[in-house]
Amino acid sequence: MDTVFYSYHDFMLATKTITYVLMGLGLFGLLGFWLFLTGRDEPIRKY
Amino acid sequence: MNTHDNGAKNTLLTPGNVITAIILLVGLFITVLRFTKGIGSVTALDDNNPWGIWISFDLLCGVVLAAGGYTTTSAYYLFGLKHFRSAVRPAITSAFLGYAFVVFALHYDVGQPWRLVYPIFVSQGTTSILFEVGLCVFLYVTVLAIEFSPAVWEWLGIKKLRSLVLPLTIPLTILGVILSTMHQSSLGALYLIAPSKMHPLWYSSFIPVFFFISSMFAGMSMVIFEGILAHKGLHGKMDALHLKQADGVVLAFGKASAFVMMGYLFIRFYGVAMDNNFKYLFTGYGLWFLVETIGFVALPAFLYAMGARERNVSLMKIAAVITVLGVVLNRFNVSQVAFNYQLDASERYFPHWMEIGVSVFVVTLIITAYRFICTKMPVMYEHPEYKDAH
Amino acid sequence: MQRRKFLTLMSAAGLGAALSPASANAAATTSFNGHPEAVGVLHDSVRCIGCRKCEEGCFKVNGQDLPAFKNDPSAQRPDFADLEVLNKKRRTNCNTYTVVNRYQTEKGPVYRKLQCNHCQEPACASACFVKAFVKTPEGPVVYKPELCVGCRYCMVACPFYVPTYDYGSAWNPLVYKCTMCAPRIAKGQLPGCVEACPKEALVFGKRTDLINIARERIQKNPELYDAKVFGESEMGGTNWLYLSPVQHTELAQPELGKTSAPELTSGALGAVAMVAGIWPVLLGGAYAINKRRTKMAQEEAKEAVTTAVATTREEAEAKLQKALAKAEKDKDAAVAREVKKAREEAIQETEAKFAPPQAPDGESTPEDASGKEGDA
Repeated sequence: MDTVFYSYHDFMLATKTITYVLMGLGLFGLLGFWLFLTGRDEPIRKY
Repeated sequence: MNTHDNGAKNTLLTPGNVITAIILLVGLFITVLRFTKGIGSVTALDDNNPWGIWISFDLLCGVVLAAGGYTTTSAYYLFGLKHFRSAVRPAITSAFLGYAFVVFALHYDVGQPWRLVYPIFVSQGTTSILFEVGLCVFLYVTVLAIEFSPAVWEWLGIKKLRSLVLPLTIPLTILGVILSTMHQSSLGALYLIAPSKMHPLWYSSFIPVFFFISSMFAGMSMVIFEGILAHKGLHGKMDALHLKQADGVVLAFGKASAFVMMGYLFIRFYGVAMDNNFKYLFTGYGLWFLVETIGFVALPAFLYAMGARERNVSLMKIAAVITVLGVVLNRFNVSQVAFNYQLDASERYFPHWMEIGVSVFVVTLIITAYRFICTKMPVMYEHPEYKDAH
Repeated sequence: MQRRKFLTLMSAAGLGAALSPASANAAATTSFNGHPEAVGVLHDSVRCIGCRKCEEGCFKVNGQDLPAFKNDPSAQRPDFADLEVLNKKRRTNCNTYTVVNRYQTEKGPVYRKLQCNHCQEPACASACFVKAFVKTPEGPVVYKPELCVGCRYCMVACPFYVPTYDYGSAWNPLVYKCTMCAPRIAKGQLPGCVEACPKEALVFGKRTDLINIARERIQKNPELYDAKVFGESEMGGTNWLYLSPVQHTELAQPELGKTSAPELTSGALGAVAMVAGIWPVLLGGAYAINKRRTKMAQEEAKEAVTTAVATTREEAEAKLQKALAKAEKDKDAAVAREVKKAREEAIQETEAKFAPPQAPDGESTPEDASGKEGDA
């Protein structure tokens, strides 16, 4: 699948749309990974 | 007439209330005109000058002056600076109101406000910097609304919703800083697309960075500035912690502002150097550029520094006012003075009085809403029921 | 259009990114030269006599769609025979898609036509946040009024001051600009202005051909023409091209540079993605570091207290042993009782000495609570 882009504008439109979707997924992904990463840490003592 | 009536009249007919009422009436009148006769009937906008003070002031200044939300929450929640505790809620409240009214004011400026959600839900023009701004402002208003909501739940006594929102504090704070970084810088990036229309001293490929960095000290100085106003009008609503921490907030934010402003001052001149624009410094525009950068960045930065060294809180408050004015000046310089600089004077824009009327109307609405919220809800003080659990 | 939409959707689903490394490289290694079949118009200011017939031709085609004439057939139509207007600098507006201006030069009066230049990389399309401007493969940049929000960023972005706005409309204000008569082109007809030109100062054709024609005219009559074809590379190139007897800057066609609108903004747009990716890491890191340091400080303080108490206890114990041995020697129970008392006193004293740091309640209660709230 190799799209032909005749203008930089069309190229940007396609790539930016993908990037925005990925950015959304990435933010949720990072949050999920953070919870996984710190999941077994000692709970903070509640004084 | 009985005495009861007179008493009510006396409390309502204060000069402040009368002025507020007049502004609101004029604002409503212009609103009706705007939505029945079109934008042209209340503005001086034309085909050469599509963006007037509703963009320069209501959008650009509105957003940058509401940056106190992300600076204060990140200082307290992320960087662990505990002495900002009492500043967090007022900052979130004013940021939320600031953004909410930016969106409100945009309904006057765009031609078809009922389509304002189109870029997000109907047709995504992802190549546009304005798409980025719109998406971030939309998301950030939502984030701020959630961050602000505990004050409402405490006021109404809905504990369940409050405890639902609190665990989100840290992720929302981080998301808030991300979104702020993006749209604060993007507001500057809006002008990247029009190099031929911008005066070289204010056009730089680093203009997004300038906008973002200036939003930091604009936000911090605005927290100090709002503190001055709040101590005048809402002193009675502040609890012991707020009063105890108030001067510390001024000192810490003033100090931080001063340092950021010095960095900002340097990058502004690096920008001039990188585009080889020194020759313009010796023109009228150059003089104005120096007024902005030296008079409204370097000077308040030094005042802040002196205040910090001498523990002089009132000097720092003066510095805060100059800083806020300086940021407003910068946004007007970029969007009005530098934009279309090459056109004849007759083709340049000067606002219609009704445009100014709408901006004053919006500011009045913000202040009125802020006063209402701070009077009713636990913003300047901590709700006694949640003080320990907080 | 449909195909591109489909591809965009496929790409959005992640397929495009994975399957098309060639186009991912495209920005860096290829240049975009516009659709090879795209058409345009060449305006030759050497031939133009400023008769305003093109303005009239434009009005004949588009007049009924313009705000002033749309709902009012009786509206006074402009007098195109009036050449007095050429004395003034005019621009396009929502009721005029094209105007001809006169410029006084050392070669006498020179006329130049203004209308949308139908850029190869349109700034309006790049700036539009609802994709209301589309660069068609045929050449024209067309406007989709049903999407327009009316933010007027296109008017800010356009380097040629082309898009105009109907500020007078309350309920349906829209952007107005030349369409290159896209509907007529689709039917195989000429744009209205080109058809009306009596002097062949306007040539319609494929952009690639127009550039050759322009070059040929310059070559044949170098004394008549300035060597530059305006529009060939301005802001990434335009589909309207201009020949002039004098430097184009004298005809208010400024130096715009070759950098196209999407190139001007791509850096800032790319930075957005970097912020979205790295800010959570930096800020989450800052938060975690601060949390950890607070915890370490608390633990250190606690440990210091425990150690101090233990040391005192040991010392007291040693003292006790010594004293007990001595007491046994002396067989004096009274002395032993004294010593025991001294030991207890010593422990109490030490515990009392280290008590304050153990409970710094006054300041830290709200702080700890906030840590809790963030962490929960």
